[in-house]
Amino acid sequence: MNIEDIKKPENIVYKKTPILTDNVMHYCPGCSHGTVHKLVAEVIEEMGIQEEVIGVSPVGCSVFAYNYLNIDWQQAAHGRAPALATAAKRLMPEKYVFTYQGDGDLASIGTAEIIHACSRGENIVVIFINNGIYGMTGGQMAPTTLLGMKTSTTPYGRDAKLNGFPLVLAPMIAQLDGTAFITRQSVHTAVAARKAKAAIRKAFEYSQKGIGLSFVEIVSTCNSGWKLSPTAANKWMVENMFPKYPLGDIKDVLKNE
Amino acid sequence: MAEKILMKGNEAIAISAIRNGVDGYFGYPITPQSEVMETLMKERPWLTTGMVVLQAESETSSINMVYGGASCGKKVMTSSSSPGISLMCEGLSYLAGAELPCVIVNCQRGGPGLGTIQPSQSDYNQCVKGGGHGDYNAIVLAPASGQDMYDFVDWGFDLAFKYRTPVIILADGIVGQMMEKVELRPEKPRMTKEELLAAAPWATTGKTADRPYNVITSLALESDVQERFNRKLAAKYEVIKEKEVKYEEYQTEDAEYLFVAFGCSSRICEAVVDQLREEGVKAGLLRPVTLFPFPTKRLQELSGQVKSMMSIELNLGQMVDDVRLAVNGACPVGFYGRQGGIIYTPDEIVEEFKKFNNLK
Amino acid sequence: MKEEIIIAGFGGQGVLSMGKILAYSAIMQDMEVTWMPSYGPEMRGGTANVCVILSDKKISSPIVTKYDTAIILNQQSLDKFESSVKPGGLLLYDPNGIVRHPERTDITVCRINAVDVAAKVGNSKVYNMAVLGGYLKMKPVVEMENVDKGLAKSIPARYSDLIALNKAAIEEGMKSVETL
Repeated sequence: MNIEDIKKPENIVYKKTPILTDNVMHYCPGCSHGTVHKLVAEVIEEMGIQEEVIGVSPVGCSVFAYNYLNIDWQQAAHGRAPALATAAKRLMPEKYVFTYQGDGDLASIGTAEIIHACSRGENIVVIFINNGIYGMTGGQMAPTTLLGMKTSTTPYGRDAKLNGFPLVLAPMIAQLDGTAFITRQSVHTAVAARKAKAAIRKAFEYSQKGIGLSFVEIVSTCNSGWKLSPTAANKWMVENMFPKYPLGDIKDVLKNE
Repeated sequence: MAEKILMKGNEAIAISAIRNGVDGYFGYPITPQSEVMETLMKERPWLTTGMVVLQAESETSSINMVYGGASCGKKVMTSSSSPGISLMCEGLSYLAGAELPCVIVNCQRGGPGLGTIQPSQSDYNQCVKGGGHGDYNAIVLAPASGQDMYDFVDWGFDLAFKYRTPVIILADGIVGQMMEKVELRPEKPRMTKEELLAAAPWATTGKTADRPYNVITSLALESDVQERFNRKLAAKYEVIKEKEVKYEEYQTEDAEYLFVAFGCSSRICEAVVDQLREEGVKAGLLRPVTLFPFPTKRLQELSGQVKSMMSIELNLGQMVDDVRLAVNGACPVGFYGRQGGIIYTPDEIVEEFKKFNNLK
Repeated sequence: MKEEIIIAGFGGQGVLSMGKILAYSAIMQDMEVTWMPSYGPEMRGGTANVCVILSDKKISSPIVTKYDTAIILNQQSLDKFESSVKPGGLLLYDPNGIVRHPERTDITVCRINAVDVAAKVGNSKVYNMAVLGGYLKMKPVVEMENVDKGLAKSIPARYSDLIALNKAAIEEGMKSVETL
């Protein structure tokens, strides 16, 4: 089989979704962002909603999400993405509106915005990348940084007395009446990525049902920030992040329907 | 004849927003402007025009909802008072950086800090000179009456969309709280989808096959890109300065002394001019209606005609700097102000005027 | 014609709405008006006042320090505003709770026992309309037909049955005001 044969439609076994642009991603090799971007893009393609979707990108590594997904984007000030999404969704209720935020953006500076968007029951999707560190600014402590974890602002490890405890947001917002679907996933294996994709699709579908906010947390790696190789980072995540941030659905208001 | 209603300036903002086809309002309560959202919630425009009204969790969130709504090409606005505007300054900078049209009403109260809830004009520098970080200006309109409050909403959106820029209506506790006769102008419907696409082809309305995807952002990591953008903004501001200056003059034709005052102060100064004219002093008044752009040229011209100018402001002297820059030493420029929510009386200003000009 | 009025009393006495009805009535007569309240954290029980200006011409300053008329409903307000009435002007007050009565002789001083008037009409809530009646008797700045229209504009439609009651209080107030 030569290259021309391979390119024939009947022989194609895998194709990049056209929702992903051809721009080369700036993410470090091993970073979870690329995989999550791909999953979101595939969901958008499979649902056929490219014309109906508005993305809101945060401040942090994924500020440039708008370079990689071929959809209309708004880029928010640090932490404010849920406020932007609130207005976009209320003004264009027929559209699918999602935010894509990291842990510094969502769980630190944007805590008020996410809590109140949840509390109001905004019909939006929130993709939350939790890698326990500030990647873009060079590896500082995030609200979700584990105790004992070394970062550039906790060089001796996070100490509860000095730095407080890790913020576990998903169960907190699960208590709010305005949330419909809260789940925690990861993308470190093919199986995990498939589950994460199904969760992302469910979140997008729920956002059109008028039942409230859907929240998909992806426990992720930042191997550069963690100063580990990609494979070691995956292993470290499984051993250290998962006990604190266990995977699985936390809330699904339509589960028994 | 159009209907004339007795209403507060803040109520006029709300009623005007509904009648002029505004798509969304996002706000947070703060004295002395809470009547804006209260009126909107009472009127329930979502049942009539489809306008969205939402009480946000903070001013920070309000202004970012405005950013989100404006990114969709919608006519969206917020209102607040001084401390709330400080919180909104982050968003204001981003709105300017992303070139988004919107209207922001600041019903000023005294500061700094939590300050007083009484009227003030002490946010002149904050609103006219920027407020947020970075090289930018917002167009600033200064209403002096309930009718201005009503009319400036529509005018503000026209300017906002024409130049893709935030527009601030810089009101104060007097103009916001005072009731006056307001004439309801003919209604304007909300933009249709087609009108929106024509007015805002840059908006995030969902990527269609006929265009590349739209991105609303203020990020430009590369220095040359950022500088090019800064110069683009500067060029836009030059056009605004050339074309959009608006001011009103009262008794300036033969004036030997000029008062410069904006907003509620301009009305008080009208009474001052009348009082001085009765005494035989040829006084006049220039009221800048737009504070950015500022009526620099007209003040330059008048500086050759009058013996002196005096800027009258409810602050420690902010606009007076712009008057001095315009006059550039051609005539003496004085200042009189009150702070803390205390309003000067015409008598008081007459006295200060005479002191400054060595008149009996 | 230009009439500058201060109305002052306790919050809850209907000071602001009295001013509003007066201003609306003047609009019905095609006059220019401004209605500028003191605003603040006090709701009921604190002091409240409103400056209403009615004029045939455009009103420049909505802030004045001397008034053609002061309508005074408590002692603090009397102490504060008695000296602000222009010579030859009018001071109308409710003597209830007043221990130090007006002393000026260069102005017209009137009083109205508006609590009694409201009781006579049968509803304490129209206290402020009784006072307004007293004022309109002394200074008929707006015609009664326009006051009717002003009332209709100021009172929400769901309370339109109260218009007659308010009007009765105004008429009773007109009868009860006395010049000292």
